[in-house]
Amino acid sequence: MDRRFPFKVLEHIFSFLDVNEDRNSVSMVCKSWFETERRTRKRVFVGNCYAVSPLKVARRFPKMRSLTLKGKPHFADYNLVPDGWGGYAWPWIEAMAARRPLLEEIRLKRMVVTDECLEKIAASFRDFKSLVLTSCEGFSTDGIAAVASTCRKLRDLELRECIVDDLGGDWLTYFPETSTSLASLDFSCLDSEVKLSDLERLLSRSPNLKSLKLNRSVTLDVLASLLRRAPQLVELGTGSFSDELDPEEISKLTKALSELKQLKSLSGLWDLLPEYIPVLYSVCPRLTSLNLSYATVQMPDLIDLLSRCSKLQKLWVMDLIEDKGLKTVALCCKELRELRVFPSGADLDETDVTLTEQGLVSVSEGCQKLESVLYFCVQFTNAALVSIAKNRPNFRCFRLCVMEPFAPDYRTQQPLDEGFKAIVERCKDLRRLSVSGLLTDKAFEYIGVHAKKLRMLSIAFAGDSDLMLHHLLSGCERLKKLEIRDCPFGDTALLENAAKLETMRSLWMSSCFVSFGACKQLSQKMPRLNVEVIDEHPPKTRPDSSPVERIYIYRTVAGPRQDTPEFVWTIHKNPEVGVSRLSIR
Amino acid sequence: MDEFVNLKATELRLGLPGRDNVCEDGERVSCNSNSNKRALQVDAENELKTETSLLESKVQIVGWPPVRSYRKNNIQTKKNESDHESQGIYVKVSMDGAPYLRKIDLSCYKGYSDLLKALETMFKFSVGGEYSERDGYKGSDFVPTYEDRDGDWMLIGDVPWDVLMGFCYLLQDVLCSCKRLRIMKGSEAKCLGSCV
Repeated sequence: MDRRFPFKVLEHIFSFLDVNEDRNSVSMVCKSWFETERRTRKRVFVGNCYAVSPLKVARRFPKMRSLTLKGKPHFADYNLVPDGWGGYAWPWIEAMAARRPLLEEIRLKRMVVTDECLEKIAASFRDFKSLVLTSCEGFSTDGIAAVASTCRKLRDLELRECIVDDLGGDWLTYFPETSTSLASLDFSCLDSEVKLSDLERLLSRSPNLKSLKLNRSVTLDVLASLLRRAPQLVELGTGSFSDELDPEEISKLTKALSELKQLKSLSGLWDLLPEYIPVLYSVCPRLTSLNLSYATVQMPDLIDLLSRCSKLQKLWVMDLIEDKGLKTVALCCKELRELRVFPSGADLDETDVTLTEQGLVSVSEGCQKLESVLYFCVQFTNAALVSIAKNRPNFRCFRLCVMEPFAPDYRTQQPLDEGFKAIVERCKDLRRLSVSGLLTDKAFEYIGVHAKKLRMLSIAFAGDSDLMLHHLLSGCERLKKLEIRDCPFGDTALLENAAKLETMRSLWMSSCFVSFGACKQLSQKMPRLNVEVIDEHPPKTRPDSSPVERIYIYRTVAGPRQDTPEFVWTIHKNPEVGVSRLSIR
Repeated sequence: MDEFVNLKATELRLGLPGRDNVCEDGERVSCNSNSNKRALQVDAENELKTETSLLESKVQIVGWPPVRSYRKNNIQTKKNESDHESQGIYVKVSMDGAPYLRKIDLSCYKGYSDLLKALETMFKFSVGGEYSERDGYKGSDFVPTYEDRDGDWMLIGDVPWDVLMGFCYLLQDVLCSCKRLRIMKGSEAKCLGSCV
């Protein structure tokens, strides 16, 4: 008797699986489950574009409709990865174009995307609907124009913080007059002006447009006219908010904003002037997401705005909010789930901006649903961290950046070990952690012991010895991404915990004491790891004891990559060869 | 700020510094206040120097603090814009013998030589002599000076440029450290030059 579940039944059951992690687990049960799952997966996520070959992915998932890829290591955001390292989208686009022409959505993060890629997308996928590029580079507005003009069913076109070769605002005119499918448009990272009439016409014929993020060149005086043509907006990113308006214009803008009955998310607000804050009052009570991180508004003007946002779930601000402003948030924004406080670069000695650890303590006290924090602060205390942990054991993401490297608890002069211990002990669901300030190996022992659900950890200027790394690699069972810079450990921990590295997506280490010899040993020990040495100033000879500038280690079934630039070496598995560099453009 | 107030109370002054009094009073006033000022400036200099070196050391660490370059660039553009728009340090410049005064924005200049060149072009003169700490602008017919917050005429060039600029930015809202520039000519200039 055939004891296997009928394929159709399995397929139906699997169709309820949305989360790829679950699908991955399911596909490992047995061969028939693997087959069923792979034939039904529509949304494919590849966290490291070099972990697997595009061809393999294309073949495995015949029903693929959406592909998400990530390229460069996270520290590339902070200029720690030299230009030209890699992360090219082309091989993926090419492979999908040939084998998966029904692909509808491509989402890329930290990848190099050329105009050629964009043109290929436009030409190859007839039902293409959604292009979302985050922190990507390598393309120009010509490529965008190609997508706009050719993809008849285009629904989403989002360029989030990309570096684009901006050749002018013409690209907007390439949306055909007949296209009415646009639901989301984000061109906030482009510099040049688009013509108002083109934009107005596009908005008028896009009744499904729910999300619109303008760039800074869109001036305040035209905003009202644009909003009148898109009253159904749920997300709005304004352009510049500092141009002079006469009273009539102000009143028109106020009215236009108040007509946005469905607006939940507001961003942009470049250079927001205090006198224009009242214009926003009508939308505040409905807002669930507010991004003020480009608005140089200071206290006390910010209070007028924040005290009206009782439904706010996500708030991004600059440190200009100060402790006082965060106190207001603690009082008024009881639904807050995510807070990010960025440094304004204001020289805190010269101005009166006072953002201290107290601000975060207040919010942790007042906002019971707070689970995600990114906080830049000049200095911190253990006591504050302990309070925060006690108040908010539900943190899932805790990123604290004490901006002074090696800064101890400024009251007790002790390392911040005890503070972070409290965080990892109490916050049992912690998935992401960034530590900073003065930290000894002890801090990492605590993290290794307690942070059992931790997936991603970022460390800078911390620790005393190899023990630090050993604690982490042997303790944090779910660790997937570890990135470390300027820490004084080296080879021993790395080699002792080599097997761990295959359970992780990647490990980045820069300005640490890892030797070339250790890299070789590691690579030989672990056949399915690529050990990449990134060295912009390579020595003439490389004895085993020589330290390596940066290493990037990641698991892969695709072998060493073929597109390394001259400053990247993949350590060869063959001990005699040493390093291989197979560079092909 | 308190330092200024205290020292002012102990300063010896014989009268309001002005065009006619500069030489005699200027000598005494500047000597006295110079020594006070030197002490003051050295302190402030040190303070600002440590600040600048801290800032510099911060700047030198690549990728720290970890802020995305996209965000950094956008904030910086704004800072530069706002610097130009609202924080330009405008000072009046007078030249002995010239019929009217001019106004310049100190924040536009990178250093003393830059500033002097601009002044030379503006007023069509040349300083001539080389600046030295010992002799001031020796051998020059024209001497650039500035009036500071206490009303004293100070020789341009003694204090390092970024310290002077730092002062100006720091005290922007209250009082600019350098209120007026004046290009002294002739005998007055020679007097000031040699007594420094």
